[in-house]
Amino acid sequence: MSNGTLYDKVWEKHKVAELPSGQDQLFIGLHLVHEVTSPQAFGMLRERDLDVAYPNQTFATTDHIAPTEAEKRERPLTDEQSEEMLSALERNTSENGITFFGFESGKQGITHVVAPELGLSQPGMTVACGDSHTATHGAFGSIGVGIGTSQIRDVLATGCIAADKQKVRRINVEGELGEGVYAKDIILKIIQDLGVDGGVGHVYEYGGPAIEALDMEGRLAVCNMSIEGGARAGYINPDETTYEYLQGREYVPEGEAFEERKAYWESISSDEDAEYDDVVTVDADDIDPLITWGINPGQVIEITDSVPHPEDFEARTDREAAEQALDHMDIEPGQSMLGYDVDVAFLGTCTNGRVSDFEEAAKILEGNTVADGVRALAVPGSETVREECEARGIDETFINAGFQWRRAGCSMCLAMNDDSLEGDEVCASSSNRNFIGRQGSKEGRTVLMSPAMVAAAAVEGEVADAREYLSDDPAGSASGVGEAAD
Amino acid sequence: MAPENHITEVGGTGVPIPGDDIDTDQILPARFMKEVTFDNMADYLFYDARRDDDGFNDHPLNRFEGASIAVVNSNFGCGSSREHAPQAMMRWGVDGIVGESYAEIFRDNCKSLGIPAVTTDHETVTDLQEWIESNPDGEIDIDVENEAVTYGETTIDVEIDDAMKEALVEGIWDTTALMYSNRSKVEETVAGLPYVEGDD
Repeated sequence: MSNGTLYDKVWEKHKVAELPSGQDQLFIGLHLVHEVTSPQAFGMLRERDLDVAYPNQTFATTDHIAPTEAEKRERPLTDEQSEEMLSALERNTSENGITFFGFESGKQGITHVVAPELGLSQPGMTVACGDSHTATHGAFGSIGVGIGTSQIRDVLATGCIAADKQKVRRINVEGELGEGVYAKDIILKIIQDLGVDGGVGHVYEYGGPAIEALDMEGRLAVCNMSIEGGARAGYINPDETTYEYLQGREYVPEGEAFEERKAYWESISSDEDAEYDDVVTVDADDIDPLITWGINPGQVIEITDSVPHPEDFEARTDREAAEQALDHMDIEPGQSMLGYDVDVAFLGTCTNGRVSDFEEAAKILEGNTVADGVRALAVPGSETVREECEARGIDETFINAGFQWRRAGCSMCLAMNDDSLEGDEVCASSSNRNFIGRQGSKEGRTVLMSPAMVAAAAVEGEVADAREYLSDDPAGSASGVGEAAD
Repeated sequence: MAPENHITEVGGTGVPIPGDDIDTDQILPARFMKEVTFDNMADYLFYDARRDDDGFNDHPLNRFEGASIAVVNSNFGCGSSREHAPQAMMRWGVDGIVGESYAEIFRDNCKSLGIPAVTTDHETVTDLQEWIESNPDGEIDIDVENEAVTYGETTIDVEIDDAMKEALVEGIWDTTALMYSNRSKVEETVAGLPYVEGDD
């Protein structure tokens, strides 16, 4: 059993009671709400005549159904179902005194992009949201968990969830990233090594030199995809990078209050002699960019490797999954993914929709144009990200290259708005899931990769190695994660 | 009302849903989540997998209408946290699940809905899936309390997560009321958190 880890400390701080089921009642310090998974929960609350217990700890925005074309954001939304969802959220938040970041607020965006950039997500918190990518907030040294709608009802009504304490796996990521290799590649490498269900029953504590070298946006990308590795939560111990990022953000206290809060943040870090349930090492030294070749995020290779043969896998389950993947993707074992034709390039999401993601992609797009026949979408993760990119002129680079520069939302990550793959289109995507049907078409094909790789694929019209566009760039940063957004 | 909350045993005919890592996007495609209630979710269960260009295909859910027990493989329900997935299964008729393993959030959601999700090894699951194919009208019984599954003449030991078992058998799987009664303890916990200012 783990002892002295951040997870243990934060859990103890938030544990209210042990429930008769043996689970713990855990207080949730930050509850993030969006339009898709919450209306049923608010309905259940009304049925039981219960109020929202901690409205000041609850924040809402709209992301999943948000249209990303400016003219389609006029109200009422043309899609009736989307309008109904958005109206319900507006009503539910206003009736219950919950802060809602709508289209007019200038702060709307994907929950997991908005909360960090506003300083809502802080070290030592418990964070819950009806969305599996809530692990993202672990980047600050918090415990972020995705929950279902009945659990949203629990949090709304009681401020708590019933939860099992998990095992803690420390993942030491060794080495240094080369140019054109990013946080996204680290997490894909971890999933490649540990599998899509390797994290079930565990939380991941990411550490080691390659993690410590990341800026906050890189750390957010790593923690974001914990769930793709089966871990409901993943976190990184807070350090000076974390505190610097937080300072001056809207919901972070200032001056003396900041120092007091910082003392708490420092106190919840894993002890040097903390005990873990297990410790694994992942070697990220000199890894090449990673991309998926299949239909789950564990079916991933370095770009210089070839697509594996099903018989390369020891486990029966992996062999079957590989065969299904080869069939769906229409590829052969042994082939390179370089040159795989791409119809759509999609840049954005809670994984890679932050300023540094667009900045890195822009380095590749500068002076280049999107290949004929490729539909290229740049969808900022939040309106704040969009404005920051526009202030820096990054949007111009995208527009000049032939990208559509959109408004904030989840967009083609899961195609609940109008942004969707058609037929068997192939999408070079900076998102997190390559499941069949995920991007809106059951024949659609998704290749997951870093933002830079998406940009290179857009320009070439096929999967390409982004580093070829960076080699003449003397300013390319060694850590490969770009400058912090702040 | 209270006794109805106790779930000690569920049973009925079975439906095999073979395949590892079946994600919630397959179980309930995202485009069908644009409804503010769960009422219609059964209509969208495995929507794409169940259809070809010419309509319904031979997906097990099309062949085993009326089934109550789903039999699945490993890491079932991975991916998105959407409760729409188990809601759709429940509303389609699934009262219990036998599988090799489940993704955590999916299992939690099953618990919230009072759906026992029990586990056993790969061979046992495969045997049961094959048995259903040959015995579409055969009864399968999940005994939650005794951690056993009976089908035909066969009874097998299964496992169920401790908290899920306790919650189902004791009828305390709806945790809202339970946690609500601890309000004063919550306030004590909150008082020890430097980042939470008294709300009420």
